[in-house]
Amino acid sequence: MLLKDEVGMLQRVPLFAAIEPTKLKLLAFTSDRVSYSAGQILFRQGDEGDAAYVILSGRADILVDSDSGPIKVAELESNSIVGEIAILCNSSRTATVRAASPLEVLRIRKDHFLRLMREFPEMTIEILRVLADRLSHTTADLIDARSAK
Amino acid sequence: MEPSLARYIWTHTKKQQLWILMIVVLSMIPYFMSFDLPKLIVNGPIQGGGFEQPGATQPFMRLHYNLPFIGEVQFFSGFQLDRKETLFALSVVFLLLVIINGLFKLYINTYKGRLGERMLRRIRFDLVDRVLRFPPVYFKRVKSAEVATMVKDEVEPLGGFIGDAFVQPVLLGGQALTAMLFIMVQNVWLGMIAAVIVGIQIVLIPRMRRRLIVLGRERQLTARALSGRVGEIVDGIGAVHVHDTSNYERADIAARLGLIFKIRFDLYQWKFMVKFLNNFLAQVTPFLFYMIGGYLVIQGRLDVGQLVAVIGAYKDLPGPMKELIDWDQARQDVQVKYQQVVEQFTAEGLIAPTIGALAIDDPAPMTNPLSAINLSMADDGGAMLLDRISLQVRPGETVALVSTTTGGAEALAEAFARLNRPDSGRVASGADDLLELPEAVTGRRMSYASSDVFLFQASLRDNLLYGLKHAPLTSVTYEGAAADQRRWNIDEARRSGNPELDIHSDWINYASAGATGPHDLFEAVRRVLDAVVLSRDILDLGLRSSADLTRHTELARRIVELRAALRTRLEHEGLSGLVAPFEPGAYNKEATIGQNLLFGAAAGPELADRALAANPYFASVLKQAGLDRTFYEMGMEIAEQAIELFADLPPDHQFFQQLAFMSAEEIPAYESLLQRLKNRPYEAVSENDRAMIITLSFNYIEPRHRFGLLSDELMSKIVAARNQFYENLPPELQNAVERYDPAKYIAAATVMDNVLFGRVGTNHPDAPDRIRSIVYDILDELGLYDELLDVGLDFNVGSGGRRLTGGQRQKLDVARALIKRPDFLILNRPLSALDQRMQDKVLRNVLEEARRDGHSPAIVWVVTNPAMAMMFDRVVVFDSGRLVEDGTHETLLAGNGIFKELLS
Repeated sequence: MLLKDEVGMLQRVPLFAAIEPTKLKLLAFTSDRVSYSAGQILFRQGDEGDAAYVILSGRADILVDSDSGPIKVAELESNSIVGEIAILCNSSRTATVRAASPLEVLRIRKDHFLRLMREFPEMTIEILRVLADRLSHTTADLIDARSAK
Repeated sequence: MEPSLARYIWTHTKKQQLWILMIVVLSMIPYFMSFDLPKLIVNGPIQGGGFEQPGATQPFMRLHYNLPFIGEVQFFSGFQLDRKETLFALSVVFLLLVIINGLFKLYINTYKGRLGERMLRRIRFDLVDRVLRFPPVYFKRVKSAEVATMVKDEVEPLGGFIGDAFVQPVLLGGQALTAMLFIMVQNVWLGMIAAVIVGIQIVLIPRMRRRLIVLGRERQLTARALSGRVGEIVDGIGAVHVHDTSNYERADIAARLGLIFKIRFDLYQWKFMVKFLNNFLAQVTPFLFYMIGGYLVIQGRLDVGQLVAVIGAYKDLPGPMKELIDWDQARQDVQVKYQQVVEQFTAEGLIAPTIGALAIDDPAPMTNPLSAINLSMADDGGAMLLDRISLQVRPGETVALVSTTTGGAEALAEAFARLNRPDSGRVASGADDLLELPEAVTGRRMSYASSDVFLFQASLRDNLLYGLKHAPLTSVTYEGAAADQRRWNIDEARRSGNPELDIHSDWINYASAGATGPHDLFEAVRRVLDAVVLSRDILDLGLRSSADLTRHTELARRIVELRAALRTRLEHEGLSGLVAPFEPGAYNKEATIGQNLLFGAAAGPELADRALAANPYFASVLKQAGLDRTFYEMGMEIAEQAIELFADLPPDHQFFQQLAFMSAEEIPAYESLLQRLKNRPYEAVSENDRAMIITLSFNYIEPRHRFGLLSDELMSKIVAARNQFYENLPPELQNAVERYDPAKYIAAATVMDNVLFGRVGTNHPDAPDRIRSIVYDILDELGLYDELLDVGLDFNVGSGGRRLTGGQRQKLDVARALIKRPDFLILNRPLSALDQRMQDKVLRNVLEEARRDGHSPAIVWVVTNPAMAMMFDRVVVFDSGRLVEDGTHETLLAGNGIFKELLS
């Protein structure tokens, strides 16, 4: 997969959808293309968050530790981003991500991501918008869950 | 040191000075004869004196003397020569005298030069010898750069002067006197004129030069202070940047340079002023000669030949006079310099020469207890560090010194190591005062390491074994030219008062490390490195450096085996995808295009990096393969992409680390280049611009950069071009590149690259770490682990060891203390740069290693953490310079003292 295809993939990630293609290209160029085989771990719960990952192809599982071992809580597909919370909040990983099939990802390093946000306010605003959107969804979900009780 | 320079020179060189004086006196004879000859030639054959009759002859070379009591004696009646023959004969004699005078000068100058250089060597050695004997306190006050500048620069003029110290005044004085006397003989009045002017010169010029000497001394002191400051800036560069004081330093240096400039300019002004006056006086004399002498000739009271001879002789007077005056100035100048240096090198309480005397045989073990008796130590400010401490450390006992922040345990360790001298009381070994034992005993039977480590700029190995180099233990046998050289070295060293110790001898005391020779020393090295947990770091260094194949032959010999083992292992673990191996007939996708083309390691500058695209032979190969145009287009594409991506970013942006093609500074140049070349046909582009563009494509790696520029067809073309390149490689490039060969070790590449013989894929996380640990495993399995450790030991630690981390330096220092296998091991907070866990680990290892093979040294360890004291036989606690508790760990723990308080 070439740089320009990656840009196309990134555009399909909602977080980056509204960002200029040239900026996305820079982001793609400065990120590492990493391949994992099925079963390999991208990062573990409790690790320090040093990068976000955009899934280019393949599937990955999100696992959370519990007393009875890891539980799968969600599945990631192409064009999804994972791990961005940890780099924005400076927190440790809240879950483990494991490749469920041969996986191609774009690894965006934390310092690069933050640097891009600082330099291109339009991108920051876009990210803010997506996050706010998510928050309002979560809030709505919470209200639904409370009223359903 | 001898305070008077003249006496110092006379003591060491009187025989030579007398010899050269004798030669100088001897040289006066032909010198004087050459004065008389022009007169003889002009008056005799040229003007016809004595040849008034045609066909008249004169005797030539007649030897006759008027001896007292005997009367006229004729030894040789001479040849009878006519006018022309006499002219030729006298001229030939003149030429002979010129040659003889020249030869005398040559001999005298060479002799003087050698004399001066020998004395310079002696002075420098004496100075450094004194540095080696200075008491510890001296080094708290001096800057190393100032000492270095004194030894190197300030005594330098002394060398030039020493040869001239006694010879010059005699030679020049003799010459001046001869010329003077000759003028006097010719004509008393003209002689008187010359004498008066010379008198004025002799009195006036030195007086004016007194100021020059004062300025010269100031220049010396300010220059020395400058080099001290420059040394400080270099040593403290970290502090300068951390505190943003670089401009303060700039101001300080500028102020100093301003002062030096002022002094030097003053110096020049005076110097040229004096020169002017001197020249003027010298020129006035001929003016008087022409006027008065000419007048006398016209009057007929002086013949022309005499006047010519006087003027000729006078030409030889100002030269020696000027030099004589210069000599006098140099004498005063050098005397001042010498005194300045000697003052700086005079210190109270110099270490006696017997303490540091060479001892070939190892001393007997120290079996007496080490003790501090009523020991008090104070720091430079007078604050008490230790207050009347008495303590005895028995052989074989391990003692932890635990100290509160003002405890003073460190001062005790320094006193035991003789790094500081007691203010009162003493340190002793048995009944002997420790300070009076020769270093041959304390330096071999005791060892010391502290948190303040000094490493020399040499390899890790040299630093580790430094503590074993006490004396030259082998006598090297030299043969042929080397033997002559060695004889010459010894002879010259003797003449300059230098020692004859041979630096090329084997200085390493193997027995002290528990080894018998170079072959089994490595065992000891490995054990101490393992003990201080430094082996892994050194292995990493070894992997990253290129091995010296003259020393590490085993690696090169078994490289094929190593590479095969790595492949098998990777396959076995299903990790083959991690490494793309180099194969002679295939394109390596994980390597750059340049690497694929060259397919070898550049061993010289001709084909390295940027030079590759510009190399004419390489360019011609590309052209033949039809690749030049392809790469040009590819380079243009890369330039466009790179500029599109990066042009907006500030030059210090961290993203530039990702841009392998060009640096941030080059972006504008490429931007304008791109503008210029965009619509120009390839044929119209200059060679230089082509190379600039093509070189971009050489750094391209498809999986990493993902511009989509590489096709299968191109890859096979590149492989073909690679073969083409090696087929016709011109002889001058044969040594510029080492071709990758699966069966051969590549000397120019690192050990890691050699074992890997391929490139680690870019798209595998943690691949480098995994591969490294696999490589270590394989090296261990194949028994090459030691070899790699040895490669790592070649690593140069840099100035003051700064290429190592603080922790690595401290570990190395402990290893250096440990390898000596001492009777008393003193460790003064030796691992303060490490975290507690690592400190505990090294502590345990060191205690174990020190006691290996039934050895039982006494260990005195100033611990950074009281919990570490648990590992020792005995714990001694210090507080406010006093010894407050002393006992086993259990008893102190049971008590309710400071130790328990410190622990909690």
